[in-house]
Amino acid sequence: MKLAMLGEAWRAMGANRMRTVLTMLGMVIGVGAVVLMMSIGQGAQYAIQQSISSMGSNLFILLSGHTSTGGVRSAAGEAHSLTVADAEAIAELPGVQSVAPIHPGNAQIVYGSYNWNTSVIGSTPAYLEARSWPVVAGSSFTQSDVRSATRVALIGQTAAQNLFGDENPVGHTIRIRQSPFTVLGVLGTKGQGMDGRDQDDTILIPLTTAQRNVFGTPFPGTVRMIMVQTATQEIMPVVEKSMTELLRQRHRTREGMDADFSLRNLTAVADSAAESTRVMSLLLGAIASVSLLVGGIGIMNIMLVSVTERTREIGIRMSIGAREGDILLQFLLEAVIISVVGSSAGLLLGIGGALLAQAMTGTMVIISGSSILVAFGVAATVGIFFGFYPAKKAARLDPIEALRYQ
Amino acid sequence: MSDAVIRIEGLSKSYQTSAGLFPALKDVNLVIEKGEFVAIMGPSGSGKSTFMNILGCLDAPTLGSYTLDGRAVASLDSDELAGLRNRTIGFVFQGFNLLPRMSLRDNVALPLIYAGIALAERQKRAHEMLARVGLDAKALSLPNQISGGQQQRVAIARALVSHPRLLLADEPTGNLDSHTSIEIMKLFEALNAEGITIVLVTHETDIAQHAQRQVHFYDGSIISDQATPVRGTA
Ligand SMILES: Nc1ncnc2c1ncn2[C@@H]1O[C@H](COP(=O)(O)OP(=O)(O)OP(=O)(O)O)[C@@H](O)[C@H]1O
Ligand SMILES: [Mg+2]
Repeated sequence: MKLAMLGEAWRAMGANRMRTVLTMLGMVIGVGAVVLMMSIGQGAQYAIQQSISSMGSNLFILLSGHTSTGGVRSAAGEAHSLTVADAEAIAELPGVQSVAPIHPGNAQIVYGSYNWNTSVIGSTPAYLEARSWPVVAGSSFTQSDVRSATRVALIGQTAAQNLFGDENPVGHTIRIRQSPFTVLGVLGTKGQGMDGRDQDDTILIPLTTAQRNVFGTPFPGTVRMIMVQTATQEIMPVVEKSMTELLRQRHRTREGMDADFSLRNLTAVADSAAESTRVMSLLLGAIASVSLLVGGIGIMNIMLVSVTERTREIGIRMSIGAREGDILLQFLLEAVIISVVGSSAGLLLGIGGALLAQAMTGTMVIISGSSILVAFGVAATVGIFFGFYPAKKAARLDPIEALRYQ
Repeated sequence: MSDAVIRIEGLSKSYQTSAGLFPALKDVNLVIEKGEFVAIMGPSGSGKSTFMNILGCLDAPTLGSYTLDGRAVASLDSDELAGLRNRTIGFVFQGFNLLPRMSLRDNVALPLIYAGIALAERQKRAHEMLARVGLDAKALSLPNQISGGQQQRVAIARALVSHPRLLLADEPTGNLDSHTSIEIMKLFEALNAEGITIVLVTHETDIAQHAQRQVHFYDGSIISDQATPVRGTA
């Protein structure tokens, strides 16, 4: 019975192929757009999630020199306002888990005949802890390496790849700005950071070595930045306050004066980045849904025309025993078939478009089961919702009026 | 009396027109027994089609009662009426009313879809019915590929496919030449001989001769109701 009605609906659609196809096109574009937008949105969300989790959790970063507005750039002296002693003092604050003073820079690295320019980070073992960055081969350097400024290095995956190829770097000697360093270990993969840079293209050396032997510093004992990790996320505001107070006190910053450092809550920045990506992908989905709605209205429009055109047919069917429900089902099925076939095609189009976007722009796309399910659910709902009114109209026709219709 | 297929009492039907209510049927009373073959006659506009549409449960009277096969039609809901149209009544229209994009077989099988009968059985019975009206060879043709007389035979096959007790035909030969008309009437006579009650509207007296009883309408009322003279009572 239901199968027979499906046949009837199919036959009616076949009778006006061009119109059926054009109506479907509305759904094809609507669902295609939704799938494409959701894939891009989810891809973006996934990418940001990845870089957030690679960043480490509950992090503050303290920068030497204030970067506040006012237009007055910090003097050179102020740019080195933070000290290793500051870092040690912060480590004593309650709620602070690890503190890593950092001296970053760039340098040319040489291994044998290979040459690679990469970022060189001078820090302490606490840095690896704060960023939950494992050493996957060899071992880390220690606090005593930092104290005695030994020439040892930990090498990131990308840097290792470019300098050593498939060779195991551990134990080999590389040259950083001419000075020889022994590679102690290899760092685990981190992937792309929040700023879009490859975090694995790096070399980590002891802070003191960086300051004295590699980059040099006019102000010994000062650092450019300090990374601070708190024990929990909840405690971050408390630590922020106590840290600021401590540093103002240590730097003898008077009441009302600008601090000579700036503090950033990396976790909050990451959260807001994640939030804005989420909002963006929602927005994309919403915009795409509008085209789905337009497609649905197209179905309703065509179904209404079809009901009017086929009034006589409906009358004939009723005169030989079609119930209201039979007519309703026939027209509803027609609408649902149009929307489901249309959305299947739209699904393929959307997936194709997403893969194309990925191939062409390199943005990550995720085609998830959930977005496919959503697209299909919405399509069926659109079909039923927009098909129902015309179908009901058809079913409600008076048999004799319908038969008289010319 | 319990054998009455149709019992009409005090039946009136008025149409709403721009000039006010127009009475198309006025206090019509009629009883048709099982197995009768009745011709309804009368001038154009006398209410014959209006009456047939009510008999066929396609339209409802304004006043009066219609009892079909012992059931008061006024008390039935739309699904029950559809059931009557599907199984109890076969209706043949002057204009055939076949669905143009369907093969003859599918046209004939259509009522069986609404009776919930499976595809194989539907097709089998459609073929049987088409064979009965001499058109099985054209089962897969479309309605516009056959003649008017053939189309009417297909329409009759469709009306008969669910084995109705009552066959209603509103000027079934109105669009056909006299030779084809006689063929159709022979078919009706044969069906009547099998026990199907037939009510047929016609303008032509020689067509009405095939019936046993002739009911004349004039201006919405029955003015005469008598047995067909030349043929006599069977
Ligand atoms: N839908 C309608 N609305 C208004 N008036 C109608 C309607 N249908 C029929 N009538 C009027 O009712 C009267 C009876 O019409 P009906 O169609 O029953 O006549 P008929 O006897 O079948 O005529 P014919 O022999 O020409 O088919 C006519 O005067 C017609 O104008
Ligand atoms: Mg008429």
